[in-house]
Amino acid sequence: MIRAVIVINDQGKPRLVKFYDYQPVEKQQEIIRNIYGVLCSRAENVSNFVQDSTFGPDTRLVYKTFATLYFIVIFDESENELAILDLMQVFVETLDKCFSNVCELDIVFNFNKVHTILDEIILGGQVVEMSSSEVVKSIDDISWLEKNPNSITRVSKSISGWQGR
Amino acid sequence: MSGTGGPSLMDSLFQRTLDDLIKGIRLHLPGPAQSTFISKSLDEIRREITSTDLHTKSTALQKLTYLHSLHHFDISFAAFHAVELTSSPSFLHKKTGYLAASLSFRPSTDVLLLLTNQLRKDLSSTNQHEVSLALECLSVICTLDLARDLTPDIFNLLMSSKIFVRKKAVACLLKVFSQYPDAVRVCFKRLVENLETVGGAGDNGTMLAATVGVFCELARKEPRAYLPLAPEFYKILVESRNNWVLIKVLKIFAQLGRLEPRLAKKVVEPICELMKRSEAKSLVFECVRTVVSSFYEYEFAVKLAVEKIREFLLDSDLNLRYLGLQGLLLVAPHHLWAVVENKEVVIKSLSDVDRNIKLEALRLVMSMVCDDNVVEICRVLVGYALKSDPEFCNEILRSMLSTCSKNVYEIIIDFDWYVSLLGEMARIPHCQNGEEIEYQLIDIGMRVKDVRPELVRVGRDLLIDPALLGNPFIHRILSAAAWVSGEYVKFSRNPFEIMEALLQPRTNLLPPSIRSVYIHSAFKVLSFCLHSYLSFEKGASSSPPNFVDIEPGFTYSESEQEFTETDQATSSSALHKRDTFTQESIANVLTLVITSLTPLAESHDVEIQERVRNVLGLARLAQQEISCHNDQKEKMVDKADLKTSIIIRLINDALSEDFGPISFSAQERVPVPDGLVLEENLSKLDSICADVQLPISESFSLVKPIFLPADGDSISNQQNEEESETSAAESTSLLAEHRKRHGLFYLPSDHSKDASSSFPPANDPKQRDNDVDDLVKLTEESLVLKRKPNLSRPRPVVVKLDEGDRLPIAVKKTDENDDLISGAVRDVLLGNEASSHSNNLSGRRKGKSHSKDKVENSETGSSSKRRSKHRNHGKNVEENENGEKGKQKSGGKHKSRRRADGGVDVAVEKPVIPDFLL
Repeated sequence: MIRAVIVINDQGKPRLVKFYDYQPVEKQQEIIRNIYGVLCSRAENVSNFVQDSTFGPDTRLVYKTFATLYFIVIFDESENELAILDLMQVFVETLDKCFSNVCELDIVFNFNKVHTILDEIILGGQVVEMSSSEVVKSIDDISWLEKNPNSITRVSKSISGWQGR
Repeated sequence: MSGTGGPSLMDSLFQRTLDDLIKGIRLHLPGPAQSTFISKSLDEIRREITSTDLHTKSTALQKLTYLHSLHHFDISFAAFHAVELTSSPSFLHKKTGYLAASLSFRPSTDVLLLLTNQLRKDLSSTNQHEVSLALECLSVICTLDLARDLTPDIFNLLMSSKIFVRKKAVACLLKVFSQYPDAVRVCFKRLVENLETVGGAGDNGTMLAATVGVFCELARKEPRAYLPLAPEFYKILVESRNNWVLIKVLKIFAQLGRLEPRLAKKVVEPICELMKRSEAKSLVFECVRTVVSSFYEYEFAVKLAVEKIREFLLDSDLNLRYLGLQGLLLVAPHHLWAVVENKEVVIKSLSDVDRNIKLEALRLVMSMVCDDNVVEICRVLVGYALKSDPEFCNEILRSMLSTCSKNVYEIIIDFDWYVSLLGEMARIPHCQNGEEIEYQLIDIGMRVKDVRPELVRVGRDLLIDPALLGNPFIHRILSAAAWVSGEYVKFSRNPFEIMEALLQPRTNLLPPSIRSVYIHSAFKVLSFCLHSYLSFEKGASSSPPNFVDIEPGFTYSESEQEFTETDQATSSSALHKRDTFTQESIANVLTLVITSLTPLAESHDVEIQERVRNVLGLARLAQQEISCHNDQKEKMVDKADLKTSIIIRLINDALSEDFGPISFSAQERVPVPDGLVLEENLSKLDSICADVQLPISESFSLVKPIFLPADGDSISNQQNEEESETSAAESTSLLAEHRKRHGLFYLPSDHSKDASSSFPPANDPKQRDNDVDDLVKLTEESLVLKRKPNLSRPRPVVVKLDEGDRLPIAVKKTDENDDLISGAVRDVLLGNEASSHSNNLSGRRKGKSHSKDKVENSETGSSSKRRSKHRNHGKNVEENENGEKGKQKSGGKHKSRRRADGGVDVAVEKPVIPDFLL
């Protein structure tokens, strides 16, 4: 299964952290630090795989660099390395479609939405959707649900502000 | 917080949004400014989150979740508010609540159970996105209680008409199973049914992918339980066109194929087809991996896989090259020819820019090593090590050291070569493997008698090079070099040279622990020189030096005696060069020792001080002797002999006693003598040893001095004897006594041997001889078997102990939950669900040990059942099959029809395959 999906920037700042097994915060920090240490020491144009022992002897790590960001997936031996690379491509494509020309700032300022997108692709460490167009469809649905009250008690963001006054 | 009385209207109105918070954080430089800003924001949020306005609360929680996830703040105080928000009618608020829960809840969060009802409600919601929120959250925070309470709801979702919901429910199931194995009994059938939804309405394969993914995870933990499902998986393997699904099915077959060779026979061809046909590299690689790791007996499949590996290796994509090397590594254990065939690529990859590729290549090179090519490969690797960056250089050295030393240097035939290789490694500039090289130099010295002369030569070369002393990384190696030079000084061509090296001024660069090894070695060299000189002087008139030990109860075994004699032969042949040990040279050595060590006698390090004093004691004693020798050469010779040379002979005898390797369990095997109370206070011993401080701990020696507390009487007796003998030079006698005690402990007298016949002490010389004999036999046999007529000389004897020499590795513990899951799966598949269900529940309540017993019972039960099926299978395949199916699946008529159709065909084709595989 997939153990974690992490996005960090080239300064080592985390932009998206999702662990599929419970990990205490300290452990999460340590893992991110370790990964960043490993990744920055790697030259450009090298393979995308790192033997990683953060979760035990059998875990692997695949990463991909997009502009200033490292996309990282940690997984165990029931996943295929190349398939995970494809999966990352799907994730990034989806981000790109949702934010039109995604850049680091989009991910910084859309913390919730990025999580929503990820949750549509991976659930409980299992891949549930591989088609970015399907994911985009779901995301559109969800955005609509968030904005439109489909029940009388629901109030939209702007109205609730007025009510508060 | 309650004191503030909730947020004011202004707070709600001018509440910072998550965006504002992020902007604020980005505006402030990391450091104090930023943390002040964050803590100020946290104070605001703590106020906002208590708001009755759900929107304010939701925004506050969003900010907290952000701070928790990316800035690692503890937000456990907001757990209840998250639960509260999940019950909001607004989708946005609900989503915020669930996100916070799934990112920040831990198994110990106390409000977790409050979420149960809300989860149940959302799992049965008509809005698929609400269901999906609940499933996502559950898949992360699932605990035993949640899993138990929500299993029925998940069960319902498993036959939802919406694929979107069903696939997520399936994915979530894995977590539920792992927390609550009994859920398997409820959900397993439906899960199996989902395997058969190939090409279901509006599905692009994701449903099947999710289901197969779950089986892949389950099968990895306990594959045997899933053998009965092999027909379903086989169908998917030949029918599916979805790469993701195929990869997972291949992973399942990799597990199952190892258990059931007939199954392997059946799937290996479809896998080869896929391998040939597929365009997707991921699938091809998975096929390769499956074949080489599980179906390596099928020559044609392996050939095809190796072809594909070669394509990967020659690809320009580094990822493929890396995976190609990994594939090759998997082939290596069974088909080394594949590695040899691709040797050039592998060797070339050693200088790749990518560290991963270099490491894989190194592992492959090491997998090729055997006793024929070890010399050549090591030569190549040393070349690469010299060129590489420090990190990889050490990686190379490390793997060379571990490969060569595997199974007590199994692959090494020419130890002289290996020892000089170790010496060479020490001179590689980046070498940081001092510790391992140190270990091996000493270990080989003790195990392989024949290599000692070469070992001493290598040690000498290291010691006399003053440049090496400046490199802290190889100090440990120098320590070993000093030790072997001292211990085996009789093989040295020029002991004086070694003495100079040991006492050179630059040794002050060494840490005290290693310097004391140097000084102790100097002591051994000195005693050897003096002894050789004296016995030579004497030998000129009378018989050759007498090595017979004077200690009572101490016996050399036969081979050892021979050995000592041959030693003497070599050393005395060196002595025949008359000019080696002249009076003048001995006097020079003594002067050198005294002048260079006297300043150290006041050293602050106890270890150094003590050893220096030992050496000085001996040196001064000898100096007197030499000078009196000089003055009254004619008259006093006999008297001098009586006193000093006896002492020197004693010391030398003690020092020339051999160390052997010690088994790790040696201490346990020493029998406790009768009448010895180990727990008794050792105060009695204190009074005996009051004036005798035994030198403890030679850091380098593998033989940790263990003092066997014997009866006080015998110790004092012994001591008295010694004292009377060696009162003249107390400091030197201490060492001799230490040695003697070693001897007493490791080479017990006849009496104690009788007592310990069942558990011989590890280093019992007779025992060792037996081992050696066995080994000699073994080596002979292996030589015959391998037929190596060109072997220039036989492999020297390597002393091996009868068990592992290094510490054994702890046995891996299996997860109990896995057992429970597979036990449940077996029950479901084999149809004894009803009988054991209640059992298992009560077992779990009673305690873990009980439930474990139950599972074991059910395992044995099911396996015996299976065996009986095998037996009568040959008689009537079809009938048996139907019976089996009836047992396996009580529900689903159309399904059993399909299975019958497919099954009979194949059964006719290949009657050897057991019923449940078809």
